[in-house]
Amino acid sequence: MSGETEDIIICEDVHKWFGVLHVLRGVNLRVRRGEVVVICGPSGSGKSTFIRTINRLETHQRGRIIVDGIELTDDVRNIAAVRSEIGMVFQQFNLFPHLTVLQNITLAPMKVRQWPREKAERVARELLERVGIPEQANKYPAQLSGGQQQRVAIARALAMQPKIMLFDEPTSALDPEMIKEVLDVMRDLARSGMTMIVVTHEMGFAKEVADRICFFADGVIVEEGTPEEFFSNPKEERTRRFLSQILTH
Amino acid sequence: MNISSNVPRPPSISLTPWEWMRKNLLSPWYNGLLTLLTLGFLYGVGKGILTWVLKEARWEVVTDNFRLFLVGQYPSDQLWRVWLGLLGLSLLLGLTGGVWKGTAYSFARATLVALGIFLLVPASWGTRTWLIANGVALAGGILAGRRFRSRRFQQGVLAGWLLYFPLLVFLLRGRPPLLSPVEPGLWGGLLLTFLLALVSIVLSFPIGVLLALGRRSALPAVRLFSVLYIEVIRGVPLVTVLFMADIMLPLFLPEGLRVDRALRAMMGFTLFSAAYVAENVRGGLQAIPAGQIEAAHALGLNSFQTTLFIILPQALRLVIPANVGQFISLFKDTSLVAIMGLLELLGIGKAVLANPAYMGLYREVYLFVALVYGIFSYAMSYASLRLEKALGVGER
Repeated sequence: MSGETEDIIICEDVHKWFGVLHVLRGVNLRVRRGEVVVICGPSGSGKSTFIRTINRLETHQRGRIIVDGIELTDDVRNIAAVRSEIGMVFQQFNLFPHLTVLQNITLAPMKVRQWPREKAERVARELLERVGIPEQANKYPAQLSGGQQQRVAIARALAMQPKIMLFDEPTSALDPEMIKEVLDVMRDLARSGMTMIVVTHEMGFAKEVADRICFFADGVIVEEGTPEEFFSNPKEERTRRFLSQILTH
Repeated sequence: MNISSNVPRPPSISLTPWEWMRKNLLSPWYNGLLTLLTLGFLYGVGKGILTWVLKEARWEVVTDNFRLFLVGQYPSDQLWRVWLGLLGLSLLLGLTGGVWKGTAYSFARATLVALGIFLLVPASWGTRTWLIANGVALAGGILAGRRFRSRRFQQGVLAGWLLYFPLLVFLLRGRPPLLSPVEPGLWGGLLLTFLLALVSIVLSFPIGVLLALGRRSALPAVRLFSVLYIEVIRGVPLVTVLFMADIMLPLFLPEGLRVDRALRAMMGFTLFSAAYVAENVRGGLQAIPAGQIEAAHALGLNSFQTTLFIILPQALRLVIPANVGQFISLFKDTSLVAIMGLLELLGIGKAVLANPAYMGLYREVYLFVALVYGIFSYAMSYASLRLEKALGVGER
């Protein structure tokens, strides 16, 4: 069985094509339990596609992905098992507009985990407290600001009590003054020991919270390292160019 | 409200009626001229219509044949069955209105008012008793519904609606040991119009939703069947479908199994309407962003749960206007059953006109029929607007 030191996510030589377009060209990544990995890189480099393969929103066509000892194959039971262990937060929030905040959070625990309504609602309210918006429980998503919506989306993902959280550019669709409130929630989550993979352009967040930074370009991980190594002493020319582009303006 | 006085408020414009008239109707001079011309025109037309409606029209053609218009040739000693059916409807409507606030409640209330108005119309004491009973059932339903406003009770009321229609058909039709049979050939008038429309609407909706989902299914056989069904039915006029249901269907049925003409017509309408509902719903399904499905999958919901809890509630709300349009046109298309020899509201109108005693009273009969169609079509249209609003809470 899985021990504490074992890698919870193992990706080996992951390839993915969209038609003839080769978007993932052999990605290798191992993530330890409790580790926070930030993925950055230019747009179109395949970083979003890559984290979407980890919970099978995209299928990979070559290589292996093993999450908490379960290999992702076409087997529907494996996919369901892996998805129930992974929470995901999207760039566009993707809240369900026809459900209230509380219903957004309790739906999956009640339908997938078969929790009784009372338990699901208790947990949902605790989570809303944790992300700082307990008073919004009975509103609809469209009545909230972008930052509040994204925090609801985080609470919704956490309600399934996942072992891993994936963040796909969680602050890219937010107005500047709302980015901080979402990053604060993510920082608290990282400190609580959650295993996280975060695709983001927020380099301040990466520096402070990440255990490791992976730089993606042209469908592969070009360089990885601790934030100190990555920012102060990048080895690859491609990385240096990227850093100079995003840090100097 | 207590708004502090230094908050700027939008300038308010108040006009006396005379000022309003001068501003909008009389100036400049050519607008005044147009106003005069329009008034003259309205007076001429309105006077003609009013004189005809109040003095010249022979409305006895409607009042004499009122029962025919309402229930056709349904035997008068069996009319209590129709009333009992209505009583059930009133009770269900009342319960629905009580359990869910909003649209259903305002409809139940409007029906209660309408019943009160009907009571003022001169009628036999039997009719009045039934009307009062309906009112009591409606009001009692509302009160009971308000008292037990729980999920359990809501599900019970929904089940009641589902059970209502087969029970109603059974009640009206009868079965020898229990109830004396009334041939559906004798059902007519507004009763038949309603039955055809309601049963077809209630049945074609779920079939249409299934067809729409089938058309997007990953299983090739299901997809092919749905596409074929939808395209074939949509490629054929309704009259043809009704002819098929009337003439061809009995040929396919096993010996001894006979389906009444009215039920065959319901099948025809249901099958026809389902194809159109399916295409409406497909439009709604396509409008749901892929992100919704991804979010549901990422949460661990399977495809069935995603469809049921995420996609359909959003898609069906989007297609309310289109579907209600389809149902209104279905309601009016029921007049086509004339080609099958059934006498619904319009058919009864024609039959009445064929009676030498009422020769030539086309205007009275057709106006009355148009008014009835108009009232119910408008009610459906209004209900759809209210429903959209009620379901649109907090949506963009």
